[in-house]
Amino acid sequence: MTDGTAATRITYREAMKQAIREALQSDPRTFLMGEDVGKYGGCFAVSKGLLAEFGEERIRDTPLSESGFVGAGIGAAMGGMRPIVEIMTVNFSLLAADQIVNNAATLCHMSGGQFSVPVVIRMATGAGRQLAAQHSHSLEAWYAQVPGLRVVVPATIDDARGMLKPALECPDPVLIFEPASLYNMEGELTEAARHAEISGARVQRAGRDVTLITYGASLWRCVTAAEELAAAGIDAEVIDLRSLRPLDDAAILGSVRRTRRVLIVDEGWRSGGIAAEVAMRIVEQGFYDLDAPIARVCTEEVPLPYPKHLEDAALPNPARIVAAVKRMFGNAG
Amino acid sequence: MRVEYRMPALGADMESGTVVQWHVQPGSRVKRGDVVGVVETDKGAIDVEIFEDGVVAELLVQPGTKVPVGTPLAMIEVEGSSRAPSLPVEGGAAGSAPSPAPAGEGRGEGSAPSPAPAGEGWGEGSAPSPASAREREPAGRVRAPDSSARVRVSPAARIRAKALGVDVGSLRGTGPDGAITREDVERAAKGAPSPQPSPARAGEGAEPSPQPSPAKAGEGERKTMRDAIAASMSRSKREIPHYYLSLAADVTPAVDWLAKHNAAVPVTERLIFAALLVKAVALACQHEKGFSGFFRDGRYEEARAVHVGVAVAIRGGGLIAPAILDTATKPLPQLMQEFRDIVARARAGRLRASELAAPTIILTSLGDTPVESVFPIIQPPQVAIVGAGAVMPRPWVVDGQLSVRQLCTLSLGADHRVTDGRLGAQFLVRIARLVSAPESPEWRVD
Amino acid sequence: MTNLPAGLTRERGLQLLREMLRIRQFEGRCAELYGAGSIRGFMHLYDGEEAIAVGVMQVLEPQDSIVSTYRDHGHAIARGIGMGPLMAELFGKRTGCSGGRGGSMHVFDKRTRFYGGNAIVGGGLPLAVGLALAGKMQRQPGIAACFFGEGAAAEGEFHESLNLAALWRLPVLFLCENNLYAMGTALARSEAETDIHAKAASYGLRSEAVDGMDVFAVENAVRAAAAHARSGAGPAFIEFRTYRFRPHSMFDAQLYRDKAEVEEWQKRGPIIMLTTLLKAAALMTEEDFQRLQREADGEVSEAVAFAERSEWEPVEDLARHVYAEVAAS
Repeated sequence: MTDGTAATRITYREAMKQAIREALQSDPRTFLMGEDVGKYGGCFAVSKGLLAEFGEERIRDTPLSESGFVGAGIGAAMGGMRPIVEIMTVNFSLLAADQIVNNAATLCHMSGGQFSVPVVIRMATGAGRQLAAQHSHSLEAWYAQVPGLRVVVPATIDDARGMLKPALECPDPVLIFEPASLYNMEGELTEAARHAEISGARVQRAGRDVTLITYGASLWRCVTAAEELAAAGIDAEVIDLRSLRPLDDAAILGSVRRTRRVLIVDEGWRSGGIAAEVAMRIVEQGFYDLDAPIARVCTEEVPLPYPKHLEDAALPNPARIVAAVKRMFGNAG
Repeated sequence: MRVEYRMPALGADMESGTVVQWHVQPGSRVKRGDVVGVVETDKGAIDVEIFEDGVVAELLVQPGTKVPVGTPLAMIEVEGSSRAPSLPVEGGAAGSAPSPAPAGEGRGEGSAPSPAPAGEGWGEGSAPSPASAREREPAGRVRAPDSSARVRVSPAARIRAKALGVDVGSLRGTGPDGAITREDVERAAKGAPSPQPSPARAGEGAEPSPQPSPAKAGEGERKTMRDAIAASMSRSKREIPHYYLSLAADVTPAVDWLAKHNAAVPVTERLIFAALLVKAVALACQHEKGFSGFFRDGRYEEARAVHVGVAVAIRGGGLIAPAILDTATKPLPQLMQEFRDIVARARAGRLRASELAAPTIILTSLGDTPVESVFPIIQPPQVAIVGAGAVMPRPWVVDGQLSVRQLCTLSLGADHRVTDGRLGAQFLVRIARLVSAPESPEWRVD
Repeated sequence: MTNLPAGLTRERGLQLLREMLRIRQFEGRCAELYGAGSIRGFMHLYDGEEAIAVGVMQVLEPQDSIVSTYRDHGHAIARGIGMGPLMAELFGKRTGCSGGRGGSMHVFDKRTRFYGGNAIVGGGLPLAVGLALAGKMQRQPGIAACFFGEGAAAEGEFHESLNLAALWRLPVLFLCENNLYAMGTALARSEAETDIHAKAASYGLRSEAVDGMDVFAVENAVRAAAAHARSGAGPAFIEFRTYRFRPHSMFDAQLYRDKAEVEEWQKRGPIIMLTTLLKAAALMTEEDFQRLQREADGEVSEAVAFAERSEWEPVEDLARHVYAEVAAS
């Protein structure tokens, strides 16, 4: 790793920048392409300084043409490059959805395996900054539904640092969703970042009484909730899904078999989302292990509102998580 | 030679078309690519072309007729070797396909090898604080603990088992992967399985549908019942430490009383000795604790109400023991009525699940045979069973004198985890006393 | 087409005619097979536009990449994808050029750098831009040729792609087959500005319009445009004015155009035009024509036979090719 010692404290943003830098340094086929990634330094400052370091060929500012430049990234990947395409946020990815779903996801299959699309598409996601309805989506579930795509959500410093490399090495299109509210998060970078994979869930906190399954920014909401629950005598296990396509059934079921109670925390809307998929897998494979119905805490079924108190009420938060867990124990605690 | 010209499939969803016009007639010379007619479809009128060189021999379908795709529309006399359009290949993939292998996710180069299993640090070490973001070892492929030791019971079955007092741990399930279903519980509650499983689709508390007649039960069902009895009896003998007591009861007064009673009432209201036994057992249970209840999960629980189950032999082999509910509270005539009804329905296979599930103690009487005494096996999770042999005249000492009395040998099989011989003796003596004196005040206890 | 190029040889003339006849015969047989149910789904035939595919492919090199549309049979045949694998693909057999997985609209061939027919109008333009970008960044000599219809000019991706290609000076040939109808919508009813190549010019790239029925005009225009792109000067746009003789797809009652119009255009179709000129110049005879037609027909028949006797992919393999089965190179 080019960042020095094993125990360092950096921000999520810095971790991702280091990952991009390492990728560009180690593979001449890699380049970064997206709106304002160059001169502006990246909407979230992830690529600040990289234009000066790598030049215009490798750090390419694009026009506001999501469909055009995402499609170009797909074409370039087919043509032998390893592009990192940055879509500013998942909200704008809808303009490129045709290229992602109709081209990236299908070209390998439609060509009978002749061509693969080794493109990495990064996008910021999530809500919490009062950006209102059009800038607050969490649409990971939409993409996670599509065969042919791979979808990952790094929620920790190690994963922000470590997931880009295996994503670039993967011959298939990988979508990396970066929770925007985590860019400022500071934490320890450990050796684990070197071995990060783009599949497999992780036990963030081991526990006995209930399993909290989650991903992205909600991971930390669950960690906070778990501490509060511990004080109330409930020992919660927290699982970070990390990869939404493929999902790690073995980890999910393994935990459920131990704790027998599950709460899924998902920043997407409840209807037909990741929580629904995970819950169904648990029903299919772990029905007889459950001691209580599966529960979920998701974003309320509203377009995200602008005022803080309303936005906070709409999103999953530790209070809602704690309350939901306590209900599973019949309020007995 | 003649070839058919058929209604072409012009689109993915075209199923039929109507010929509206022919541009040719018998005798017309056609060549490949000629438009020979017009076909009306959902999308409008479409020119149809022919792919043969030849002469029209016959038009088979007249304008205005709607026909399915593939219907021969005309016969064409072709010159030389015809290149007839290839017949549609029957969907080879569609027909005989074996089921596809399940799609695995994460195939190919991108799928991760399993990382280290989760640390088993349950509660070890401090919980990570968000500020430090301390993380555990990557879990990935967490190994699930062996769940074979645990009983797989559906929630519906669990609830039913609790209501019926069935110990799910003792059951063998017929659900997916051996899971115990609600029906398994219903069956087990009867003591032995019915010839056919009761659907019991009604909600909690509702009366389930009556069972089909055992007369209709074939070899298969009898075998199933035999197997279930075998399993139950084996388990009983394995798990329950039985002790046995027997007592020869002088029931002459009861026999006399019955004769007198029956002489005074119509045939339909006549009582039989077994009815007295049943009630006597029920009354005794009310006085002596430890004989009407269930031993489950390592402990005994006295049943709230006494429901004496009566063992009834089924024609063709097999035994079931439906309960007369709230036996102690029922006056003899009513009890007799129910007894008669239960036996009839038992033999006809029309018992209710609640009747089969309910016994808190069983009475098994072989009084219609010459057998003197019975050494019965307790039906788990019950804790006692009372046996009665035939009522027989025997020489007996009464007030120091030899005389002929009607004797009935009562026996008790009881669970030594719950009661001992002394308590058992008390119980048995009470039954004997009750049965010997049907007019005694104890009979009016309610 | 008024004149043959000076110095045109009989051999060259017949070769061009042969290439166009191969496409014409293939498409005709496809119509028959579709009606008989051997080919299913959607199918879009190239009759009338043969001069474009053939003219373009005279210029493109093996290292060039091609992105096509759902009307891709002509491009595929002219590029050199064998009729056998192509027909097998239409049948859905495992010997098809896309393994049977794509069908008529999704012809792919790695060997000839044929990056697919595409069912989304305009969906291939960004891909071609990306392929050209990859070529340029890797200092490879190839260019990316992108076919699309005039209907694509209405899609946002058309504008985004032209702009991006011009902005980054990418070696893309934007080849617009203007056959005047986007499915059932005439050009004049959907575009305020119907001159497509003028639209393209406004993005700052080299742009011209050409008679798409004249195989020589096509070839000449493409040769110049390709040279421009190869020189590093940036993308080039050619609008080919053409016409499709058959309906948009098989299930089309053509309510949107007159039969008379179709017949008019058929009289000036590329094959008739070339044949007339070659005969007038005594470079070919009717016997030559019949022979070429028979040969083409024979080749198609062999392809059909190949497709018919080929196997289906086993259902057990359903989940293959969702993800790559080999590491990307």
